Amino acid sequence: MSTTTLEQIVAPSALNGKHEDRTPVIEVRDVTKVYKMGTVEVHALRGVSLRIYPGELVAIMGPSGSGKSTLMNILGCLDQPTSGTYRLDGVDVEKLNDDQLAEIRNKKIGFVFQSFNLLPRTSAIDNVEQPLIYAGVPARERRERAKVALEAVGLGNRLHHHPNELSGGQQQRVAIARALVNNPALILADEPTGNLDSKSGAEVMCIFQRLNMEKGITVVFVTHDPRIAQHTRRIIRIADGQIVGDEPVLEPLIACSDRVLQL
Amino acid sequence: MLLTELVRLALRALSANKLRAFLTTLGISIGIAAVIALLAIGTGVQEYINQQFASAGTNLIGILPGRIQRGGPPGGFGQSSVLTLSDYRAVVNGVPGIVAHAADFTSVGNFAFGSRTSQVQVSGVTPSFAQVRNWNAARGRFIEESDNTSRARVVALGTTVVKDLFEPNEDPIGQVVRINGVPFTVIGVMESKGASVFGDQDAIAFIPLFTAQERLFQRLAFARTGERVISTIYLQAASDEDRLFIQAAAREILREQHRLKPDDNDDFSIISQAELIETFGAVTSVLTIFLAAIAAISLLVGGIGIMNIMLVSVTERTREIGLRKAIGAKPAAILSQFLIESVVLSVIGGIAGIVIGIGGALSVSRFVDFSAVVRPEAVVLAVGFSVAVGVFFGIYPARRASRLNPIQALRYE
Repeated sequence: MSTTTLEQIVAPSALNGKHEDRTPVIEVRDVTKVYKMGTVEVHALRGVSLRIYPGELVAIMGPSGSGKSTLMNILGCLDQPTSGTYRLDGVDVEKLNDDQLAEIRNKKIGFVFQSFNLLPRTSAIDNVEQPLIYAGVPARERRERAKVALEAVGLGNRLHHHPNELSGGQQQRVAIARALVNNPALILADEPTGNLDSKSGAEVMCIFQRLNMEKGITVVFVTHDPRIAQHTRRIIRIADGQIVGDEPVLEPLIACSDRVLQL
Repeated sequence: MLLTELVRLALRALSANKLRAFLTTLGISIGIAAVIALLAIGTGVQEYINQQFASAGTNLIGILPGRIQRGGPPGGFGQSSVLTLSDYRAVVNGVPGIVAHAADFTSVGNFAFGSRTSQVQVSGVTPSFAQVRNWNAARGRFIEESDNTSRARVVALGTTVVKDLFEPNEDPIGQVVRINGVPFTVIGVMESKGASVFGDQDAIAFIPLFTAQERLFQRLAFARTGERVISTIYLQAASDEDRLFIQAAAREILREQHRLKPDDNDDFSIISQAELIETFGAVTSVLTIFLAAIAAISLLVGGIGIMNIMLVSVTERTREIGLRKAIGAKPAAILSQFLIESVVLSVIGGIAGIVIGIGGALSVSRFVDFSAVVRPEAVVLAVGFSVAVGVFFGIYPARRASRLNPIQALRYE
């Protein structure tokens, strides 16, 4: 562990207003999303605009049905907005076809899910390698990069364990390594601690905080858990398909206890 | 994505459910095994028939009296036609390019030696018969020219006759056997030709042609004109082209000999060994293809089994598909993943089927006269077929997987 100080973690370096000169990772303008359920039109998003800059640690919060999942799917390039524009790391996403979206997801986004979504009967390192396979990285380099990613989440000694041999927290850390391995512009974490006990949850949050702080990786949480939100530096609140709040967290909680920090 | 990568992925997915993969594979194995075994047996039968014909001598032409009908109603009853010695001489003298020739007069004789008897075909032959039919005495000697001129009462026995008349340790040569009551001295024992598609070829005995006609079958062996009757004329050609020429020339001469008008049908038949091989070959290959086609139906059933399992697998692995899409798998990558999986399934089944089929064909060979022949083409065909089955029945499930919506797939419980 490097010489991390509380001040560094807490330093509100990612507050709005300090980034005007930089390209946002996420730039959403007037995005709407309408689902047709039979004859009924459901307006999941009613004109959302937001910017997230490199190095930010953000929580998108909202109750279920607020449209936060829809927003996450659009941010994750799993879905296309009905109207409005979305630029991800400088790329206009809304006109891309399925193949191009797959490539964007592969290169620019790392997903972390509530239920880990690791491949069963597949070792940790093989799981982490998967995005690199689709990126066309040669086998030897894949191994090396997957190993580095697993070491970064403190699982350097569990490379060949299968998911069923790992604890929930460890499985989620494998999932984080998988999200990291392609050096994405953005990690999207959907309730990453939802299936974990509080100790494992803290472990996982600690890793996110460290990745953000040490490597400057942009992390966006989608959650309804205020405790998670309090570990970030900015909370965007969404309700009824609209952004209803966007404020900095002035004193973020620190997940990394001394024990966890000694990974 | 590299093919090796996809195959590795497929093997891992299949090994997760070994019993299921095994049972699915079994359907293909059985189909391929049946196709391979039937093709091998069919080819074996065909080669066996070819050998049988070849052992009768090469480039052989046989001329028989009467018309052998090839379809159509039989015509020309009443004008009972025969071949005579003068026909034989006219053909032999009139047709150039004949390498060897022979004639026989054949009927049935009752053999007796002591208390043992046997009823077999007796052929009065010219000495050149041995060369033309590629059939020699294994012990003793065959009929010679001097036997013919002297109308000698000598006989060369086929092995079946020897078995019928003599004890296993008895030497038949020099013994006197009676044929229709007439004593004959055994001068030789023929090579065994074994059973063939025509029956037991060794149930035969050879005596000189003139002896047969004058001393044994006097009543049958002379036409009303007093001419000597011949059962078969054998001609041997040097090559296949010569054979066609000789056939045509012999036909002309015989029509002239028999004073046939231009629109009369032939009252004799010229049969070449090559044509017989062709006819039999056509029959056996049609049969082989027919049987293999029936066997291929089981492949269809196996293919449906694969499709079924792949559909189940796609449903079971919906979340995996969703995840793969989320981390950047293009639809084509998902498609090829599942397609390769079904092809791997069917190819493993195909390879197992080839092994089982070859084993089955070889074990059938132990119980029959011919040996099954596994042609490399048949193996290539089987592998090709199993790949085709895998692709054909895998494409639908794979397309379904590749088209899943990643959001719904990730949420699938």
